[in-house]
Amino acid sequence: MKNQLADEGLREDLISNDELRSQSEELVNSLVGNLSSENFSNIDSEEWSPVIEILGGIAITRARQGFSPRETGNFIFSLKEALLDVLQQELAGNLQALFTESLKINRIMDNLSVITFETFIKGREEVILRQTDEIAEISTPVIRIWNGILALPIIGTLDSARTQIVMENLLQEIVETGSSIAILDISGVPAVDSLVAQHLIKTVSATRLMGAECIISGIRPEIAQTVVHLGIDLSNIITKASLASALAHAFKVMRLEVRKVATVQK
Amino acid sequence: MTREPMTLSLSKDTVLVEKEQDVVFLKNRVKEVAVKIKMGLVNQTRLLTAASELVRNMMRYANGGKCHVEVVSSGRINGVRLTFIDRGPGIPDIAAAMRDGFSTGKSLGLGLPGTKRLVNEFDIKSKVGEGTTVTILKWANG
Amino acid sequence: MDKIPILRMGSYLLVTIQVDLYDRLALNLEADLVQMVQKTSAKGVLIDISAVSIVDSFMGRIIGNIAGMCKILDSETVVVGMQPAVAITLIELGLPLKGVHTALDVEKGMALLKSMIDEDRYDDDDDDEGADDIILK
Repeated sequence: MKNQLADEGLREDLISNDELRSQSEELVNSLVGNLSSENFSNIDSEEWSPVIEILGGIAITRARQGFSPRETGNFIFSLKEALLDVLQQELAGNLQALFTESLKINRIMDNLSVITFETFIKGREEVILRQTDEIAEISTPVIRIWNGILALPIIGTLDSARTQIVMENLLQEIVETGSSIAILDISGVPAVDSLVAQHLIKTVSATRLMGAECIISGIRPEIAQTVVHLGIDLSNIITKASLASALAHAFKVMRLEVRKVATVQK
Repeated sequence: MTREPMTLSLSKDTVLVEKEQDVVFLKNRVKEVAVKIKMGLVNQTRLLTAASELVRNMMRYANGGKCHVEVVSSGRINGVRLTFIDRGPGIPDIAAAMRDGFSTGKSLGLGLPGTKRLVNEFDIKSKVGEGTTVTILKWANG
Repeated sequence: MDKIPILRMGSYLLVTIQVDLYDRLALNLEADLVQMVQKTSAKGVLIDISAVSIVDSFMGRIIGNIAGMCKILDSETVVVGMQPAVAITLIELGLPLKGVHTALDVEKGMALLKSMIDEDRYDDDDDDEGADDIILK
């Protein structure tokens, strides 16, 4: 019975291309190669691990290629149906044996499909995680707006992972540029709760430890309202309504002045 | 069959901490391991600072002990797990010791709660008269 | 035994910590520095920790202590060059080093010390004028 399983790859070929064929072949070969009657019903046994590995590989590739869960599931289920077909032909005369063997195959294939789905979802999660990292990376630029003044516009929700990146980038940039003032603009942050406020305070405190001053700007009226309603104490932090006023404050601290140039007469 | 993200120990060695030089050796060892698994600089600093706090506690209250340095993996990422084991007097009230500002010695009382904030996983077990075991884990990117 | 050198520059003391501090070294530094401040009646102390990669709660406390002790001896302390990773770790540890002045590098630290000491003098002048005013009235 087991030898004949090698042919099952054919069924899959009908659905798609060479790649699929090689995937199926690999899977079926490994399934056949590692199967024995002792470990057949015990999915935790060691002989199963290469099969599970191949299956995992297939599931992850499919998740990355953007297959739907249904398509991935069908891939496994088609194998199961093929197996059952073979079984039916082989054991046509013996109903009792057919029933017991089908039950075994069912159990094992169910296990395999659960594994496939777990890996498929894990693959998807990896994609999501990588994208999250990328978004976090690109959305935290540190801008040098003046000699000695850095600005960091934050757009989007500020969670603890994001705060880490923001804080690390900002502090690193402070060291590299020798800037003594940093402006954290939160105009693009949709909401400030006590957790976000805590993250902001942490960033400001760390900046101070390094010997630079951190101003928080872009505080919208709604945010001012929630901050006070939640009883968050921001009194130790210099806050400004807009980036412009933060910059004005920074100029004052650095004893700089912006003046309109008197019109030059020609 | 557990297919949950479990932590797998990849390597493990033990450093005895009895004198002040051992502390330096332990810190170097931890740093080496952290660098090997490509832990970011800030996380390295967090881990080393946490280790520094715990090893000081061990020296001060229990006259030394030992530390297991392990590289662990959850499949996707690697991390460093440190287990500090001493045969000191033990901590009678762990809940109190974990509060900010609590100290039986003359310190700031930031050691244990501060350490917990620096790492991803923190576990403390202690029995009065038998000793204390503190386990911390820091993921490479966590 | 190892010792961290304390350099005198006019009315300032300059300490550059080039190694990772261990406990005894830090305690020695605290004692030496306070004695030196008293002996030289320095107006300011500048501690450069740019080469220090780990500051735990003990070291943090020593730095705080030095600042507090110098303040009593009428000397300002500025800590300069703290690494970003160290700053983040200290904050998470719960040690914001309140009462310690900080600056990005030695140059900015010196400028800060000068301005603090100048302000002191300026304040004194103010007080004097205030006193004059009272006499005049």
